[in-house]
Amino acid sequence: MSVIEAEGTAEERAPRRAPKISWQAVGDHAILIVGALFMLVPVLLAFFTSTHDPVTIHREGLQFAPGDHMVETYRTVMFEGTGFTGEVHGVSMMVNSLILGLGFAIGKIVISMLAAYAIVYFRFPFATLAFWAIFTTLLLPLEVRILPSYEIIHSMGLTNTYTGLIVPLIASATGTFFFRQFYKSVPDELLEAARIDGAGPVKFFIDILVPLSQTMIAAIFIIMFVFGWNQYLWPTLITTDESYFTLVRGIKQILQVWVGSNIPEYGQAMALAILAMIPPVIVVVVFQRWFIKGLTESDK
Amino acid sequence: MASVTIERVSKVYGGGVSAVDDVTIRIADGELIVLVGPSGCGKSTLLRMVAGLETISEGEIRIADRVVNEIDPADRDIAMVFQNYALYPHMTVRNNMAYGLKNRRMGREEIERRVGEAARMLQLGELLDRKPRQLSGGQRQRVAMGRAIVREPACFLFDEPLSNLDAKLRVEMRGEIKQLQRRLGTTSIYVTHDQLEAMTLADRLVVLNKGRIEQMGAPLEVYRRPASTFVAGFIGSPAMNLLRAEHAGDAIRVGDARLPANGAGAGSGPVLLGIRAEDMVPVTNGDAADLTLATAYVEELGAERLVHARHGEQAVIVSVDADQPVGEELRVRIDPARLHLFDAGHGRRLA
Repeated sequence: MSVIEAEGTAEERAPRRAPKISWQAVGDHAILIVGALFMLVPVLLAFFTSTHDPVTIHREGLQFAPGDHMVETYRTVMFEGTGFTGEVHGVSMMVNSLILGLGFAIGKIVISMLAAYAIVYFRFPFATLAFWAIFTTLLLPLEVRILPSYEIIHSMGLTNTYTGLIVPLIASATGTFFFRQFYKSVPDELLEAARIDGAGPVKFFIDILVPLSQTMIAAIFIIMFVFGWNQYLWPTLITTDESYFTLVRGIKQILQVWVGSNIPEYGQAMALAILAMIPPVIVVVVFQRWFIKGLTESDK
Repeated sequence: MASVTIERVSKVYGGGVSAVDDVTIRIADGELIVLVGPSGCGKSTLLRMVAGLETISEGEIRIADRVVNEIDPADRDIAMVFQNYALYPHMTVRNNMAYGLKNRRMGREEIERRVGEAARMLQLGELLDRKPRQLSGGQRQRVAMGRAIVREPACFLFDEPLSNLDAKLRVEMRGEIKQLQRRLGTTSIYVTHDQLEAMTLADRLVVLNKGRIEQMGAPLEVYRRPASTFVAGFIGSPAMNLLRAEHAGDAIRVGDARLPANGAGAGSGPVLLGIRAEDMVPVTNGDAADLTLATAYVEELGAERLVHARHGEQAVIVSVDADQPVGEELRVRIDPARLHLFDAGHGRRLA
């Protein structure tokens, strides 16, 4: 009873007013909306433009509304063989990109997990030195060592192979560093319990560490897959055979080679760019739950 | 089931730091030995040497008459319960318990049987398919014990297994561990820094200080006849009162009071006089008193009251009945047989 009464009186005292506008919330949202638009508009522009025919684009520039050439453009990009050999098309480039992205990400994860495992769990001479040597290479981007890398790959005859495309990129200081930090946070007792339970080094790694690293693996997989997928300079150097072209590389190729008339195929280039974005987006969307978990919490 | 012998074992770390120094303990089959001492006394190091997680610098450890110094932890026929449980977070309770058995290539049916039995013993039946993070602290502790039990080892090693639990649960689990150990009759070594836990659990108590054995014996024996001031101060709560005193002929002088030097005979020089809080009995007016104390304040514990008092400069704690009135002055009588005399220099027991 008393509760109801109290409610009644409260309502009488404070007759309903229009909800107050919280200017702070409005401001926050405005910033968010502007930020989102800033990110989305270029993508939308690219998509809209890709649905027009090249003549329109050439004459009028970027398009702000969908056109009527979408199906045609995308079909051409995906399935029609072009290039010098006429054998390279969107799908084959996408397959190449996938091979590069996956091989790069998986290879990096495997190598860096093993390297971190050795550094954290095994006592051997110069372990700290080895770690710092790896760690300092974090500071050196691929571009710095690209010439020697190219020399080596070339002298081994690995140009125009997937091996040459993937392997030199795999050695990863970032991954090793992440996994090292993660392993260090795993309590020592877990290792000791496993030792008493009769698990040797290999068993401990496979049965305990790998499952514990799941979220970490997912996080690094996303970063590395996207990074590998977006590689441009290295594939450009190492592949001259069109059947090894990746999507990112192909976009540029369209503008150079796929010129039917004198007008560059802007629409197709845009379409290919849109297509090139889809797989990373899928990967991020699928893995993002683990991604955030992996970066924020360690599951112990 | 087996005896465990620790024979003149020492542990010296790389920098020449000695963690365990010349320790010999012979543990009978089925006995529960508690290693107790303050942090840094080497108790955990000793346990980990038995487990094989630390190398043995000197001496010999035998489990069931087999020297295990160079044997891998997995092959020592031991099971260990860790302070933070060390359960595999990604495995269910069932797999946590079964993992060690699987690694030993034990048959599926035998594993099932053992896990089932341990689960029944520890009331983990409904939790078998849960992950550790879905369990409470007490349940995790049980799983950790279950993982040890299924191994049916020659020896259980407990490394402060209850320190992560809250006080109430700790008492409960303490009882469970004791009963379980009785029932299984497995030789056990239990490490703790909690003297109460040590007293209540142990068949035999080993008090360690700075890597050396200070005293070894049944809990009551250690309580009643502490071998040194260190043990006297460590075992028992409140800690034994230690008063600076003077040994003069066949009497002990504490300030202006004189007490009989029971058992120590004649002597002279400074000594430390040990008196348990409960061994001082308040006397009613008129009766003769051995010590006269000035009350500082009173702690109510419910069943008893702890009187914090002073004798001259020295603090004394007296435990009295809950309904005992306490005035400004507390006059107490002491049974001479309950007096402990320690050397004032090295702290060893005189009588």
